[in-house]
Amino acid sequence: MTETAPAPARSVQESPAQVRSLADRMREIEFDPRMIGMVVALSLIWIGFNWLSGGAFLTPRNLWNLLVQTASIAVMACGMVLVIVTRNIDLSVGAMLGFVGMVVGLVQVRLLPEFWGFEHPLTWIVSLVAAIGLGGLVGLFQGALIAFLAIPSFIVTLGGLLVWRGAAWWVTQGQTIAPMDGRFRPLGGGIEGAIGAPASWAIGLVICAIIIAGMAFARRRRARFGFSLRPLWAELAMAGLACGAVLGAVLIANAYLLPAGVARRLTEAQGLAWPPGGLAIGHGLAVPVLLALAVGVAMTFLTTRLRFGRYVFAIGGNPEAAQLSGVNTRKVLMLVYGLMGALVGVSACISTARLNAATNSAGQLDELYVIAAAVIGGTSLAGGVGTIAGAMLGALVMQSLQSGMVLIGVDTPLQNIVVGVVLVVAVWLDGLYRKRLG
Amino acid sequence: MDVTAPLVEMRDISIAFGGIKAVDGASVDLHAGEVVGLLGHNGAGKSTLIKILSGAYRADSGEIRVSGEPVAITSPRDAKRHGIETIYQTLALADNVDAAANIFLGRELLTPWRTLDDATMESETRKVMGRLNPHFRRFKEPVKALSGGQRQSVAIARAIYFNARVLIMDEPTAALGPAETKQVAELILELKRQGIGIFLISHDLHDVFELADRVSVMKNGRVVGSAPVRDVTQDEVLGMIISGKCPAGATPGPGALAG
Repeated sequence: MTETAPAPARSVQESPAQVRSLADRMREIEFDPRMIGMVVALSLIWIGFNWLSGGAFLTPRNLWNLLVQTASIAVMACGMVLVIVTRNIDLSVGAMLGFVGMVVGLVQVRLLPEFWGFEHPLTWIVSLVAAIGLGGLVGLFQGALIAFLAIPSFIVTLGGLLVWRGAAWWVTQGQTIAPMDGRFRPLGGGIEGAIGAPASWAIGLVICAIIIAGMAFARRRRARFGFSLRPLWAELAMAGLACGAVLGAVLIANAYLLPAGVARRLTEAQGLAWPPGGLAIGHGLAVPVLLALAVGVAMTFLTTRLRFGRYVFAIGGNPEAAQLSGVNTRKVLMLVYGLMGALVGVSACISTARLNAATNSAGQLDELYVIAAAVIGGTSLAGGVGTIAGAMLGALVMQSLQSGMVLIGVDTPLQNIVVGVVLVVAVWLDGLYRKRLG
Repeated sequence: MDVTAPLVEMRDISIAFGGIKAVDGASVDLHAGEVVGLLGHNGAGKSTLIKILSGAYRADSGEIRVSGEPVAITSPRDAKRHGIETIYQTLALADNVDAAANIFLGRELLTPWRTLDDATMESETRKVMGRLNPHFRRFKEPVKALSGGQRQSVAIARAIYFNARVLIMDEPTAALGPAETKQVAELILELKRQGIGIFLISHDLHDVFELADRVSVMKNGRVVGSAPVRDVTQDEVLGMIISGKCPAGATPGPGALAG
């Protein structure tokens, strides 16, 4: 093993003079065609609804709300990708969200105030940590049943769906808990959950800087090993596209103006005079959207850069091979469910804060939307294939369909029919695509 | 290291699945630079015996010694720590990830920040694959897109990259064409020259006689006998496999037909 036979140079460098198919070219510049397909589908949905609603869809106000409404499902979809990649399923996330949400409500409205009174500055963070911890524990427990007792995940989480929904009712015997803590509410969006225009610009620029630095770093690293690099134009186009999307989102969020009354109150609260012509103050990015983005970035890092993510995908591709390679497959599977539970905890906070109340029916049918988002986003139910970004886009597609239909006045039963049909058609198209190019 | 002690010795190994004794008091050994062929019908227990050595199964009783020292092998990780690598008949590759990810699965190279060092892993993969299969160029694709021979190369690369001392090859040529089979044969001789001990499990008597120094034959979970290939004929070995009759040139084991 010590000697390294002289490998022919051409095995290191790709031979240039070859007729390449379109798929090869796409692979070379590392554009994922499926992702492009999803962006195109999303654009068509947006343009279609904008036309049908007479221009009401593509307004800053609607887009801002759309993103806020997507946040909760998008966060959970990140975890569901890993669950489905390992060839499992989690049907209990909606019920878990209800249960965790009720406990969070109880903690911040009944328990913590007994210690330190209402509106304590630490209440919101204690609530958030408690939700993530409780969700994580519930997830780990279900994961242990699946991984170590070898009970099928479908059954464990189907049982979980009933158990946690029942438990959500049990927490307060069905009573709704409201209102939430003032510092907790921004997690759900709304006017108090918007960070304002200047902060939005700052965050947008920081994100752009990170994107460019990350791409430059990766390129230099590949160059040092003498690997093939994607063409510079493709690299620059990618960077431009990514930064454009970020700054575009900031622009739209800032263009959604606060109602005049609120803007006036805020201005006067800062000791400034309200000018006679009024002031245009933008909402800026919403806290839940930023939270969802942060979860998405962290989960993408976990799946692509860490050993844990590599194991998750290897288990999905061939569980036996992963085990024979020395991967502790049971532990990994249990942790995947723990992670799913922790993300349910985050979503429970977002939706409880958004509603400004904890109800035992929160999160009903969420499991189906989360699974649909992951699957529309390219996660294969056969296991081993899926991306976080795809699942988040999938969540956005689902929410766009729903919001759009509400906007143009489609009846609720028909909405469900359309969403169901779209899910089936999307998976069918994805299967066709895989067969042709996979 | 004791020169006379075998590289690997499995003594009196038994394992039962639900009352059926898959392996019953089997003993085999392997020296450095030696190829030992393990023969037997389907269900004779040879794959099970070898899976005990590779850590996939845990023996009910018996002892495994590496270089004379008793060792406990309870997981694939233990076996790999003792330099025992396995190329499974099914190849045991994760189809959805690329060659580098498969080769380093469970033993990933990390950057100082504990993240995956994909660039170094790809670079190492290019080196080891360049040795085994110089025309291999599909480093970025999931291994399911590769041909049978290419997949085999990836499985072999995974076994030899980490400086194996003992290599277990379970039907390494079953899925290959004639040219690729010849390549594998050359590789076995090359590894043998480097002092690696190889257990070769095969149905193909002809292959085994060409490559192995010794054969051990199993039947119904027990060892019929062992013999250097020069002391027995292919017909005699066939007799051992089919009827359990141990010829004069072989050392009989517990599974040999009485008389």
